[in-house]
Amino acid sequence: MINAVGAPQSLLLLGGTSDIALAIAHRYARPGLRIVLAARPSDRRTAAATELKSVGCEVTEVDLEARDHDSHAATIDLAFAGGDIDIAVIAFGLLGDAERAWQDPDLALELAEVNYAAPVHLGVLLGQRMQAQAHGWIVALSSVAGERVRRSNFVYGSTKAGLDGFFLGLGEALRAHGVRVLVVRPGFVKSKMTAALDEIPLSVTPDDVAEAITDAIQGKRELIWVPGTLRAVMSGLRHVPRPLFRRLPL
Amino acid sequence: MNDEAVPAIRPSRPEDQPMIPQPLVELHGWGRASGTMAHLAQIDSVADAVSALRTSDSRRGVVPRGLGRSYGDAAQNAGGTALDLTKMNRILSLDAAAEPPTVTVQAGVSLDLLMRALLPFGLWVPVLPGTRQVTVGGAIAADVHGKNHHTEGSFGNHARSLDLLMADGHVRKVTPDGDTAALFWATIGGMGLTGAVLRATVALQRTETAYFSVDTDRCSDIDDLMQKMADGDQGYTYSVAWFDAVTKGRHMGRAVLTRGNKARLAELPVKLKRDPLKFVAPSLGTVPEIFPNRMINKATAKAFSEVWYRKAPKHRVGELQNITQFFHPLDIVAEWNRLYGPNGFLQYQFVVPFDQEEAFRRCLEMIVNSGYLSCLNVLKRFGDSNPSPLSFPMPGWTLTVDLPIEHGLDKLCDALDTEVVGAGGRVYLAKDSRLSAATFRKMYPRLEDFLAIRRQVDPEGIFNSDLARRLELSKPTAGGAA
Repeated sequence: MINAVGAPQSLLLLGGTSDIALAIAHRYARPGLRIVLAARPSDRRTAAATELKSVGCEVTEVDLEARDHDSHAATIDLAFAGGDIDIAVIAFGLLGDAERAWQDPDLALELAEVNYAAPVHLGVLLGQRMQAQAHGWIVALSSVAGERVRRSNFVYGSTKAGLDGFFLGLGEALRAHGVRVLVVRPGFVKSKMTAALDEIPLSVTPDDVAEAITDAIQGKRELIWVPGTLRAVMSGLRHVPRPLFRRLPL
Repeated sequence: MNDEAVPAIRPSRPEDQPMIPQPLVELHGWGRASGTMAHLAQIDSVADAVSALRTSDSRRGVVPRGLGRSYGDAAQNAGGTALDLTKMNRILSLDAAAEPPTVTVQAGVSLDLLMRALLPFGLWVPVLPGTRQVTVGGAIAADVHGKNHHTEGSFGNHARSLDLLMADGHVRKVTPDGDTAALFWATIGGMGLTGAVLRATVALQRTETAYFSVDTDRCSDIDDLMQKMADGDQGYTYSVAWFDAVTKGRHMGRAVLTRGNKARLAELPVKLKRDPLKFVAPSLGTVPEIFPNRMINKATAKAFSEVWYRKAPKHRVGELQNITQFFHPLDIVAEWNRLYGPNGFLQYQFVVPFDQEEAFRRCLEMIVNSGYLSCLNVLKRFGDSNPSPLSFPMPGWTLTVDLPIEHGLDKLCDALDTEVVGAGGRVYLAKDSRLSAATFRKMYPRLEDFLAIRRQVDPEGIFNSDLARRLELSKPTAGGAA
């Protein structure tokens, strides 16, 4: 149960080795917190588990293969084996090389599967579990890239647009069952995913995103931008006419 | 009325039973923070209660619920069923000739209703918490205490027998002595996790009037207050202090100490003698749900504390006060918790043993210096505890503060927990909405006794609540969270 001061008892991190997921875990970490790290088996996952255990968290590692849809049900079963999950975060995703992605059908499909199909499939499974327990939060990491899809990374952007719409809708559907969904639209996050890219203005760290998420859950908000100023920026960009939008250096 | 006519029920196998469709409703505690959704089953009879128990989802279980005055998540049950027992509100029998007199009531009878019914007979409910708007069932489940704890103990001390609806669907009578004593005492303060109390027999006191003879003292700081209480409490049946939790420095913990005894008929002026047992309970209406967060801010909290301290006389003896003035000033307005705004608030009440005055003072300092503001602050000395494994009161000092939910409040509460655990004290479950399972275990050393009883009477954990899940009491056999 999330207590009156906003501290959860259990976390499920799907994409448990992502920088943002781990930043969330560290923000909530306290002795006795139950954390399920769902990710591909890796040294990084083991290291993350060890670190969280060192501050007193009870950590379970669960295998997650985003593209193997048949394995998802078992992953979710294992994740809920220890009891209710208070906050489930869908934090995995692929950026891909934008220019290659729209010309390489395999890469485009991989992005679509990892960033959209898998979150939708897992989202439905999570929704069932959360509906039965009638409390809890699902946090989906969307992106401003999905809010107005642009030429420079439209394959990635389109997958996030789909994910964004699905989880906003899931939030409406689960509301009456006591479950909340938070959709997070970060701008440029300095993480392992974007390590190869140049930094741009308004970029944030994974910990900034994590802080915004924990605040949003305590404040019961269901859609946030990180940083908050991006909300105004995107609100403007959404309405820029296409001929002009095309010429913007985005 | 024929509550005994319960059909013979086999132990429930909920997976075999059809679910009664009940809409999900949001339930929260008096603090209005962290509400969750549950199926609220309206219980009008014992048969209803049995049927709701049988048809509930065993994975989420059931929790008895009364008037929702516990501050946290004790009467919430996310995804499961809450048994609304407030319609089980009949007073069944009264034995006024016995010594002590006793009354048998259904669990949903409120202390307000009970007092109104008993006063004309010159009978008095022996333990009254800060509000009359609690049910007898709730008073038992939380083992509530009042201003007379140091002389009369808590509510459970006065219960003579309970009819308990158990997880197997049977109703069992339990008493403080004999074969059922262990289950009886586990139910006292057991937060509804041993079963649902459906009716109770409670011992009463006699009174000549419904008034109190009250002495008031203003105390300049916390040391002055604690000294006065330690020296003089034994001379009074009732004793409690309001203290200022905002003012720092030399006058930290300045307080207004009120102590009194039930007034004798001879002490009343002629005017009051005409109707000495009059139940004075004015109502000024209901607080509307319009208040924003941060109604309690530096300005309002300082002003309130100053006025509350200054309006009290420095030293006054023998003032006559009525029930509302002396016991339940907050009952004048309904739904006063709405003043705290939509984020809600929490109440932190702890007790530390008598030899831990230093830790007690450090806790007070922490609160005063934290920047979090509390207006309704209560300090009291407890008397002896009772045999219940989860009952809160123990001989020592107890302190209560009301804190609006704000960013970072968890840090203050965690720091207070550490100090309280270090001093061998504990936090009151009826007020709690945030304790972790690990800290809880350190505060209640007799938890294992409670769990042993629970394993016996409810191995599947049919009786369950958000509080049980948070404190990891829900699956007694697995011994972990579920």
